[in-house]
Amino acid sequence: MNPGVRKIVPKPKALNCPNCGSAIELRAMGAATTVVCSYCSSTLDAANPQLVILQKWQSQMTVQPLIPLGSRGNLFGAVWEAIGFQQRGITVDGTDYFWREYVLFNPFKGFRYLSEYENHWSFVTPLPSIPVPGVNNYNRPTMTLDGVVYNHFQSAQATTSFVIGEFPWQVRVGEVVGTADYVLPPRMLSAETTVNEVNWSRGEYVEGAAIWAAFQLPNAAPAANGVYSSQPAPVENRPGRPWKLFLIFAALLMGMMIFFSARARQETVLDQTYTYQPVGAGEKSFVTPPFELRGDSANLQVDVTGAELQNEWAFISMALINEQTGEAFDFGRQISFYSGTDGGESWTEDNRSDSATLPSIPGGRYYLRIEPESESNYVKPTPIKYNVKLVRDVPFYLRYFVGLLLLLVPLVFMGRKGANFEALRWTESDYGVPPAAAVWKSDNSSGDDDDE
Amino acid sequence: MSQPTAICPNCGAQIRFRWSSAIQTTCEYCKSILVRHDVNLVKVGQVADLPPDISPIQIGTEGVYRDTAFQVIGRIIYSHDVGAWNEWHLMFSNGSSGWLSDAQAEYAVSFISAPDSPLPGPADVYRGWEFVQQGVHLAVTALTEASYEGVEGELPFQYWDKVKCQFADLRSNDGRFATIDYTEAPPLLFLGEFVEFESLRMVNLKEFEGWTS
Repeated sequence: MNPGVRKIVPKPKALNCPNCGSAIELRAMGAATTVVCSYCSSTLDAANPQLVILQKWQSQMTVQPLIPLGSRGNLFGAVWEAIGFQQRGITVDGTDYFWREYVLFNPFKGFRYLSEYENHWSFVTPLPSIPVPGVNNYNRPTMTLDGVVYNHFQSAQATTSFVIGEFPWQVRVGEVVGTADYVLPPRMLSAETTVNEVNWSRGEYVEGAAIWAAFQLPNAAPAANGVYSSQPAPVENRPGRPWKLFLIFAALLMGMMIFFSARARQETVLDQTYTYQPVGAGEKSFVTPPFELRGDSANLQVDVTGAELQNEWAFISMALINEQTGEAFDFGRQISFYSGTDGGESWTEDNRSDSATLPSIPGGRYYLRIEPESESNYVKPTPIKYNVKLVRDVPFYLRYFVGLLLLLVPLVFMGRKGANFEALRWTESDYGVPPAAAVWKSDNSSGDDDDE
Repeated sequence: MSQPTAICPNCGAQIRFRWSSAIQTTCEYCKSILVRHDVNLVKVGQVADLPPDISPIQIGTEGVYRDTAFQVIGRIIYSHDVGAWNEWHLMFSNGSSGWLSDAQAEYAVSFISAPDSPLPGPADVYRGWEFVQQGVHLAVTALTEASYEGVEGELPFQYWDKVKCQFADLRSNDGRFATIDYTEAPPLLFLGEFVEFESLRMVNLKEFEGWTS
C-alpha cells in the first residue's frame, strides 16, 4: 500500500437481506459485526460480505426505535449516527422491566450508547478503567472511579428481547448478560458480565428534550415517568440544596443587620438619674425637659436602671408625649433586686435593669412623663435612685432572628420533598429504600407521595 | 532513515522495509506473506483480501505518543466469535516498536514487557485474576479466543502459521492496560495504557465519506 495515497472509505453500501431480499444499508462501514434486517428481523453477519444469516426468527414483537436508525445527532461534543437498537429486559419479583439501547457510531471516536427507560435517557461511554469495589456507611456495595464513589443500585440478568440494525458485537435475541448498576446522579457506572468478560461503562443522565434537539426528532420528547436511578434531583429537591439557600438568605439577613446597625444613629437624647422618695405626700409624677427626636421615623430605646436597689422593686410608668400634637406613647418597666441566704446558700435575683424599644416614633420634640411606684411607698423610708436613658435609632436585632426562624420553615418541607424523591429513586433498586433508609423511612411512612 | 529494500519472490515487486527489525511483511501487490531471512525474503503464505476496513488508521499513518513520533508499519487483524479488532504495529522515532490496538475505536498503546512474576498458563487464567506489573495493579477483564483475519505490512513476528490464539486482557483502576498473548510459550506480556484518539495527533488517516474527523 502506498502511504501517500488518500484512502477514502466509501459511504454505506447497499446489500440485500438473504432472507427476505429487502435492501440493507451498512452504516458503520465494517465496524459493526452484526446487522439485523429492518423488515424480517433476520440477524446477519455484517463482517461477512455475503451477510450470512445468524438468526432467522426473533420474537414476533416489534419495537419501534424513537430515534430512527441512520439519524445523526450532536451529543457531548461529537456527531453520532444511530446504527443499532435493542430492547433488553430484566425480571424482578415476577415483573418484567424493559429498556432500550441505541448504538451510536462515529468512525473516529467509535461507539457510544443511549439507553432509554420510561423516557429517561442516558448517554453511555465505555470505560477503559475498572472501578475499585468498596462498601458504604450503610453496608451496601460501592464502586469508586477517579475518586468518586457510586452506590450499588441493582444487579440483574438482562436478556435481549428485540434487535434491529448494527452492533459492534454479535448480539442475538435471547443473549443474557449479568448487569450491575452503581449510581451517583446524574451518573451511573454499569458492569456487563459474562463468564469470560466484564465491560464497564459510565452513563450520564440526559433530558429527553436534549435528545430530541440533538437528533432533530419531530414533536416534543415524551415526558419521563417516575424517578430514574441516575436522574438528578430537581434543583429544589437536591439534598443539601435547601441548606445552601438557607445559608445564602441567612448571610443576606446578617448583611442587612450589619448594614442597618452601622447606619443606626444611636443618639442619646436623655440620660438622667432621678431619686424617688416613696414616703411622703405629693404628686409622684413629673416631666422631663423636652428633647428633639431627629429623623422621619425611627425607634427609641428606653433603658431603666436602678443600680442601688436592695431587696426592693420599683415600677416606672412612662409616657412619651409629643410636644406639638400631644400624642402619647404609654409604657412601663419594672426593676428589682433581691438577695439572701437559704439553708446556708446565698442567692440573688438581679433585675436591676430593663429596657424597651418603642418602634417607629415620628421625629419631633417630645418630653417624658415619669411616674415611679414601689412597695416601699408605705414601708420603706429610703429613697430609690434610678436612671432613665433614651437612645434614638438603635439597631434592632430581634427581627433578624425571627427572619432566620421563618427561613427554616420551607427548609423542613423541602427536606421532606427531597427525601421523597430519593425514596422514589430507590424504589426500583435491590434495596427498595435509599441508603439512609433508617432516616428516611420514617419520614416517608405516610406514603402519600408513594405512587410507585 | 535508509530503508532496506528487497524484491518479492512471488511477483517481483519492490518491497520496502520501514523498520529494520521487521521479520515479516506482506507484499502490497500480490498479498504474499514474506518472512525475512537476513536480506532474502521467503514466501510463506498468502492472505486473502482484508475484510472491510474498520479503522481510520492505515499503514503509513503517523502520530505522536508521549512526545515520541511513530509511524504505523504493520497490522494484525484478529477476529473472535463476537467481534474483531486491529493491532497496529508502531515504529517509534527512537527505534523502539510498540502496538496500537483498536478495538471498536477503543485505543490502547502497549509495549512488550518482561513479567515481574510468572504468568498463569492458558488453562489457569480466569476473568478477575489479578496481577501487579511494574507497580500497576491489573485484573483480567476479558478472555478471548481469536483467529487471524489477516496481516498487513511489517511485523516483528512470524504470524503466518498461527490460526487460533488465546488472549487475556487486563485493566487497571487508572486507565492502564495489559494483554497476555498465549500464542507463544511462555506467554508474552504487553503493558500499556488506553489513549484518546485525539491525543495521538495522527495524520495520514483514512477518510470516511460523509464524516469529518
